[in-house]
Amino acid sequence: MANDIQIKNKRKISKDQWTAIAFLFPSIILIIVFVYGFIGWTGYVSLSNYNSLIPDFSFAGLKNYLYLFQDFRFQADLRNTLFFTILFIGAVIVIGMGLAILIDQKLKGESIFRNIFLFPMALSFVVTGVVWQWLLNPSTGFNQFLSVFGIQPKWYTDTNILAGFEWGSIEFGLPVAIISVVIAAVWQMTGFSLAMYLAGLRGIPDELREAARMDGATEFQVYWKVVLPMLAPITMSVIIIMAHISLKIFDLIYAMTGSGANFVTDVPGVYMFETTFRGNYYANGAAIAIIMLLLVAVFIVPYLWSGRKGDQ
Amino acid sequence: MASFPIGKFIKYIILILFAVLFIMPIYVIIVTSIKPLDEVSLENMWALPSAIDFSSYSEAFTKLAPNFLNSIYLVVPATILSALLGAMNGYVLSKWRFKGANTLFLFILFGMFIPYQSILIPLIQFLRTIDMYNTIPGLILVHVVYGLPITTLMFRNFYANIPDEMIEAAKIDGANFLGIFRHLIVPLSITGFVVVAIWQFTNIWNEFLFAVTITTSDNQPIMVALQNLSGSQIVQWNVQMAGAMIAALPTMLVYIFLGKYFVRGLLAGSVKG
Repeated sequence: MANDIQIKNKRKISKDQWTAIAFLFPSIILIIVFVYGFIGWTGYVSLSNYNSLIPDFSFAGLKNYLYLFQDFRFQADLRNTLFFTILFIGAVIVIGMGLAILIDQKLKGESIFRNIFLFPMALSFVVTGVVWQWLLNPSTGFNQFLSVFGIQPKWYTDTNILAGFEWGSIEFGLPVAIISVVIAAVWQMTGFSLAMYLAGLRGIPDELREAARMDGATEFQVYWKVVLPMLAPITMSVIIIMAHISLKIFDLIYAMTGSGANFVTDVPGVYMFETTFRGNYYANGAAIAIIMLLLVAVFIVPYLWSGRKGDQ
Repeated sequence: MASFPIGKFIKYIILILFAVLFIMPIYVIIVTSIKPLDEVSLENMWALPSAIDFSSYSEAFTKLAPNFLNSIYLVVPATILSALLGAMNGYVLSKWRFKGANTLFLFILFGMFIPYQSILIPLIQFLRTIDMYNTIPGLILVHVVYGLPITTLMFRNFYANIPDEMIEAAKIDGANFLGIFRHLIVPLSITGFVVVAIWQFTNIWNEFLFAVTITTSDNQPIMVALQNLSGSQIVQWNVQMAGAMIAALPTMLVYIFLGKYFVRGLLAGSVKG
């Protein structure tokens, strides 16, 4: 009798299991086609001569890629992306973590502060771009405020490169104008890391900090030696998420500055958009897209893979 | 707790300083948007307007209203559909696991991180082929498909907190796959639906790249129209700022009224599966 029920259950489960897989099936097909299939197709286009309105899928080898790496604009894009990513991630981590630690001090008005730092997250990068374009407009904006101190930055219209030296055909170094787009991006995204660090801090038991204090650690030591190391996994996640945002950034820069004079604020996302959809150089655009994908994959694939191990 | 009042004082000062920095742009947007154009100038960007003038709002609204509606037509169905699909996927992947389910999940999740530039050219060709290019339904399809990874992740994480024993008990009671979903999982996951819906609503409302490449003029969502407004010949900053306020309003309202779920969505979207 008991055996009977078990067999019955087993059959039932396996039928339901099939139903479950059937329900997952459409999504898997969609992902295979729209993600992997389309990436493959973009890769194929990037190896073709399709550089006009007339489709031409004849094989071009690596021609489009070789062209890009010798292209002044694309070299500038890679330089800008590098500096944008470093400054953006650095600032988001330092400010986000710092504010999270302050908010976590059981001060009054904690929720007000949290809400203020988080609200830009609800906005679109386009809104942020439009707004900061106005705030950092060299003839208006913050400059009026800063002129009191006798400084008049040119913000995103500045074409200077700090610590520059020749690299290929471009000047390698920090483009001053990049700082403007970093400010806007940091304003928008700091809330994200703040939220993550706050969640992380809430997860650290008070007893741990108390124990350290009992042992005579100063408040600074408690954070430096106890809290900070425990936040390392969060910092890792913040870096991954911010890196993938910054490597593919498009709307903020498109809305705020475009390419900038001498491409000082240009990034691959903007170049891809303009070359593909304004210039109809499909193969070149596809090659830029594939390079962007590879840059992101360098960060994402190991991250996802480590998640798989943790799961099993 | 040996923190001195002086330390506390400094902490407040730093927090207030940053809070002011974070709010300042919003102050400038609002102040600029209610100024008459002749007061919008270099000298008095920070000053309050001499009189409140909503004409920039009416001008911005006239220009943006059709696109605002487009965004509504886009975001409502896209949010609902992607939440439903995500719930089903999350349910299968957390409660009806099979061999290779984890790997399959990562295979789906990868789609969340790709730069959309890398699928855009074939996507547009595909939408042209099926006659959905430059249509709102086309954009809905795109957002539902590329929303699958994140909604699946969020529901999978959410359902991981529902004990397997409950599913087992329901099975013994004779409930099947769909029965368990409808009568047990859905009622238990109202919060999950709210969090996912808010996340999708915000992302789809704010999205720009798909919107600008898949639709033209009459079918464009609000963010493209806002961008076009700022790209126009004569720079009317007050109208632009009013436009930015109008475009930001729905997601800001969501944030103000459902902030708790908004933050949960942020965190759920950032934690790996």
